[in-house]
Amino acid sequence: MEKNDMLINIVLFSPLVGIALLLIFGRAREERIKWVALVSSLVTLAFSIILLGAFDQSKAGMQLENLGEWFRLGNYTVSYYVGVDGLSVLLVVLTAFIMPLAILFSLYHVKDRVRLYYSFLLLLEFAMIGVFVAQDLFMFYVFWEVSLVPMYFLVGIWGSEQRIYAAVKFFLYTMAGSILMLLAILWMGNHFGTFNVMQIKAAIEAAAGTPEGAFPSAVTELLLFLGFFIAFAIKVPIWPLHSWLPDAHVQAPTAGSVILAGVLLKLGTYGLVRFNLGLFPQMSVTLAPIIGILAIIGIIYGAWVSYAQTDVKKLVAYSSISHLGFVVLGIFALNAAGISGATLQMINHGISTGGLFLVVGMLYERRHTKAIDAFGGVWKALPVFSGLALVITLSSMGLPGLNGFVGEFTILLGTAGSPVLGLGFAFFGTIGVILAAVYLLYMWNKVFMGEYKAPAAAAHGDFALAPATGGGHEGDGEDVHADHGHDDHGHGGENPYPPLMWNEVTALVVVVVAAFVIGLYPRPFFGYMDASTNAAAAELSRYIPNQAASENIQAE
Amino acid sequence: MEVIASFVPLVVILPFVGALINLFLGRYMSEKLIGAVATTAAGLAFAIAAVMTIGITAHGYEATVVNPPLLDSWLYIPSAAIDIPWQMRVDTLSLTMMLVVTGVGTLIHLYAIGYMHGDSRFARFFVYLNLFLAFMLILVTGNNFLMMFVGWEGVGLCSFLLIGFWFDKKHGEGWKNSNAARKAFIVNRVGDFGLLMAIFLIFWTFGTLDYYKPNEVLHLEGEPHSAAVDTLIRAGEGGHGGSSQKGVFAQTEAWLAEGGHIVSFGVFELPFETVITLITLFMLIGVTGKSAQIPLFVWLPDAMAGPTPVSALIHAATMVTAGVYLITRTSVLYHAAPLSSAIVTIIGIATALMAGFIALGQWDIKKVLAYSTVSQLGFMVAAVGLGGYAAGMFHLITHAFFKALLFLGSGSVIHAMEHGHHHAHAHGHAEGDSHGHDDHGEQADHGHDEAFDPQDMRNMGGLARRMPITFVTYLIGTLALAGIFPLAGFWSKDEILGKAFNAGFNDGKIEGFLALGVLMVAAGFTAFYMWRQIKLVFLGVPRTEAAAAAPESSPSMTIPLLVLAALTIFGGALNVPLGVSGVLVLGVLFIMAGFWLLWALPGVRLFFIGRAEPVTSQPTVNPIFRLIVLASSAAFILSGAAIMFVPSLGASYQLEVLVLWLEHSVPYTKGLTLNPILAIVALSVGIAGILLAQRVYSPSALAEGNQDILEAQPSTRAAFRLSNAKLYWDETYGRFIEQPYNRAAAWLANKLDWEFWHDRFHHTVFRDFYKRAADFIATPVDRGAIDQGFLRIARGVAQIAARLRGVQTGYVRTYVFTMLFGVVLVMLILLLPLLRQ
Repeated sequence: MEKNDMLINIVLFSPLVGIALLLIFGRAREERIKWVALVSSLVTLAFSIILLGAFDQSKAGMQLENLGEWFRLGNYTVSYYVGVDGLSVLLVVLTAFIMPLAILFSLYHVKDRVRLYYSFLLLLEFAMIGVFVAQDLFMFYVFWEVSLVPMYFLVGIWGSEQRIYAAVKFFLYTMAGSILMLLAILWMGNHFGTFNVMQIKAAIEAAAGTPEGAFPSAVTELLLFLGFFIAFAIKVPIWPLHSWLPDAHVQAPTAGSVILAGVLLKLGTYGLVRFNLGLFPQMSVTLAPIIGILAIIGIIYGAWVSYAQTDVKKLVAYSSISHLGFVVLGIFALNAAGISGATLQMINHGISTGGLFLVVGMLYERRHTKAIDAFGGVWKALPVFSGLALVITLSSMGLPGLNGFVGEFTILLGTAGSPVLGLGFAFFGTIGVILAAVYLLYMWNKVFMGEYKAPAAAAHGDFALAPATGGGHEGDGEDVHADHGHDDHGHGGENPYPPLMWNEVTALVVVVVAAFVIGLYPRPFFGYMDASTNAAAAELSRYIPNQAASENIQAE
Repeated sequence: MEVIASFVPLVVILPFVGALINLFLGRYMSEKLIGAVATTAAGLAFAIAAVMTIGITAHGYEATVVNPPLLDSWLYIPSAAIDIPWQMRVDTLSLTMMLVVTGVGTLIHLYAIGYMHGDSRFARFFVYLNLFLAFMLILVTGNNFLMMFVGWEGVGLCSFLLIGFWFDKKHGEGWKNSNAARKAFIVNRVGDFGLLMAIFLIFWTFGTLDYYKPNEVLHLEGEPHSAAVDTLIRAGEGGHGGSSQKGVFAQTEAWLAEGGHIVSFGVFELPFETVITLITLFMLIGVTGKSAQIPLFVWLPDAMAGPTPVSALIHAATMVTAGVYLITRTSVLYHAAPLSSAIVTIIGIATALMAGFIALGQWDIKKVLAYSTVSQLGFMVAAVGLGGYAAGMFHLITHAFFKALLFLGSGSVIHAMEHGHHHAHAHGHAEGDSHGHDDHGEQADHGHDEAFDPQDMRNMGGLARRMPITFVTYLIGTLALAGIFPLAGFWSKDEILGKAFNAGFNDGKIEGFLALGVLMVAAGFTAFYMWRQIKLVFLGVPRTEAAAAAPESSPSMTIPLLVLAALTIFGGALNVPLGVSGVLVLGVLFIMAGFWLLWALPGVRLFFIGRAEPVTSQPTVNPIFRLIVLASSAAFILSGAAIMFVPSLGASYQLEVLVLWLEHSVPYTKGLTLNPILAIVALSVGIAGILLAQRVYSPSALAEGNQDILEAQPSTRAAFRLSNAKLYWDETYGRFIEQPYNRAAAWLANKLDWEFWHDRFHHTVFRDFYKRAADFIATPVDRGAIDQGFLRIARGVAQIAARLRGVQTGYVRTYVFTMLFGVVLVMLILLLPLLRQ
């Protein structure tokens, strides 16, 4: 047991150990830094899987906890409280899973301030895991804010042309929401005399039956709910608070986009489940239809706007708004199916959209453009890459047998039978499934299919930069696809589409395998979250009028 | 039976393994090997299906539910009471579909080896084809709606991949193919939307998506024909009863019998009958998508951009019939929803008529067949809408035979036209003669004549002499499609018309009368456009050099044609209606087949269609070959006569084989007694259509300036042009759906989201407000009042700052490192409590 108690701390702090190692390495050894970072992220992944193994699926509450006093603030104790339940343990693994992919992609593509770059990536990983495991409101807030800093620098230093603008906007936008959340957190701490989420939750649940309730008034509860909700809604982003997302995504370096889409947006959806649903069940039930409508608008709006984009990366960025709309819809379906689906879809979106950003990044590294019109017939030039990209696109589109479908289906199924949303919401949500095919196939058609489009002559000079650094082309053996890219088209001069490098192939294959595994056999994933979602849904159903009534009838 | 049925996962796995082998090893394998792997996979799947058919027949047609190995449960969420397994069902309906899919599939695989020869992505083609089979088999073998949906979308994906197979053709062709592929996928997605909604409704109504639970067995008692449905289904092993133990269909029956059941959907409630109607209508949207009915049929004609074997397999014989399968599978639901059934019928007949009309005015050989397919699918949908589930399935099967035959025949023609084109332009083209069609994609590049279209029937003519086997098989397919006695199409079409007749005259349903009338007209169209095609393609004189030089295709292509032709001839015997002498029909079929065999003799061909010009490709007749042909022809004719006149030979032959077979898995299946008057009228309509076409398109098949005869005549010009323009469906959709969607998308993205929300609102309003506020605070407030007071302090600070200035190096890196250092410090503080523990 002692060993398991430390496990969660090991997972949380292992990226910091990686940073320490990076800092120890001198400037002279910069070539090795990336390997240290990669190994460090893999170690974290390994520990997170051990954590998953130690996790007991049958229990609903927090597990593998670690509780201690951090510091005292006047009368208030801020505790160091980490623990995982079925929801957060999966998100921790997702974080640890996405990070090596981001680093893997960066290996040969990032050559500027390498040490700093990887330090920020690992710091980001630390902060994100921290958000998922922190069970103390104050601690949660600290991690939440810390996660902003490395992302800000990643966008601001390694981003594209308008990186400063995007970074500042990202920072301010998120910060604005966080301030409201901080106020709400302080109020909560003051009111309940603790920042411990589990204790607050217990107090609220205990007060649910009493006439005075857990909060002084409904208005207070509403304001508190909104304090959390707006912070999370910005992060998700829920329409119409999405304006920072296209900027940040388009300007961020590929690894940044992957992490942003893969994990960072899930901080918001995680927060919605953990805090809004967990701490304000009554308000969640009341506001569910309104939030459901916002989610539906997000689903359709994101898909529609996505379709009109001329920049591949922006298209994928807007698709996130649509996909996250599904997650929010599932969360506020307030039943077990919806919440389970939403949780799985958080993971799925991390895999599929993260994968799509990798694909876009690989295209960009080859052609140095993201304009959809510049591409065409890539399938012919890079058949293996395109095949993998196709699977990722389809998984994002929600094709049965791949991961996206399982999540979307469960969410929509939950929505259709939800005690607060119902069939109408499912109807419009399902329209989003059609629209997903519209924009993704548009992208796929324009970029990968059609006649092979050779790049304009002016772009040729850049290609030398695209492949690996000089002689450091490790793993030539893996490069079996090299001839394939060539023989399909016989135009002279330089090949605008150098074949995939081993790290790129590995990253994509891992994503594709994950998509298939979850798509074909999601049972274990649902298994991990089942007890937790069951408890959450059961708790929520107490606040749903007709539901509670019908359950009483059944009981009698 | 259990043991034999447990092989059913193999039916899916074999094609899948074939696809994987070709995907990963295809590039190291020869074309022959690739084709062999793929065809073997399909053939083995067929063999297993055949064995299971024998097994189920021997075991009283009892259905079996099989869980595949390893994948026990798919969507399993105990907290939400969701348990959707990967589970397969072997019953007579799924076996029928399995046999059709794998049987026709195997032949088309074989054909494709010849057709795709030399293509640069030969292996990939077979990967997709095998993958398609796997998904199609998942669709038909699944025991729940979600598994069916997996197959449903999976075949859509394969269809997408195969339509866009030649996405890289030059001169805009590639883009056209890619867009056709995309259109197919998106339109099908619209259909899938309906199916998904139906699935949601089913789940919240029944609490399960299983057709039948494993412990429910379709159970027949007493006389099969009178078996009432409630005795068909035996509920689970007593005791724990309860509706949750039963599958969707058993619950439906139970609740309908009970009456007055109310379904609660969380936020609202509906009577059970209304729910059923809703479910079936949503399902219908799915059917119109996949089975190309109004209003979602528009993708299918464009789908002809795919290689011809694909058109034959996916877009004629198998995938597009999934909708008919779906309605047949859910016959319990449709039976309980008369309104939905009526709408199904009306959509079916409208589609049959509309597509038949459009087919009259097409020039592309494959487009004619495509619209013909849409029309025939309309027949099937109308049939199942009228409650003729067996009739619909019967037409599905025969149509799979003769439409696959026709498509493969057209592929043979196109192939020959390409060859002929190369051949005709080979002079002076030294490198152009590298065995013709090395790459179909490069087709348009070759030769001087880039506009040459090997699929345009105006370029053909007189091919009967050049391609005798293709011609005669095509002729058999045409006659079957036109519903000429005694070919397969006659029987299945007659069954549908009989259903319509009964629905109208016996049950007094309006849609029955409507269907009878409309389908008769559509049948007339069918005969007319098919004979027009025969006239344009095969008869008359060659109109281009390519047509004059077109050679007969290789055996790997003609053998599947011959097999399919045989199936087309004998297919009707599957389900000869009551009131007909079965032995007579069988005898006639044998005799006909015998006479048709004589076609193999050049002398016979010479007699009917004259000599090919030039004579070079005419094979010399081997005397032994002549002997074999004559002997087998005589054998067929004699055995036909024997069946007719020796009663004991035909004694074991049953009428209505298909009905008797299907009623073990499809509730509400009923047979039909032949209505001789109706049969004669239907036959006359077919013959009249052919004769009319023969008259119109003689002596010359084309009018001046390559116009159609109908177009040249003022009286029919408008109608022809309307037909030729495909009734402006695409234009209408483009104008009212596509363009508004695109415009709205552009407006949303550029104006609303970017200019207004992103730029104006966030940039101007937020930032400028902040700036102005900051200015206000800075200048009057800060400078005015506060500044003075703090000036003294500030000066002091400034002095200190000057000393510190050395630290500020001005390098971003240094700042960031400092920041990082700070962050690490915070982390160390975080670590403190741990260390304390």
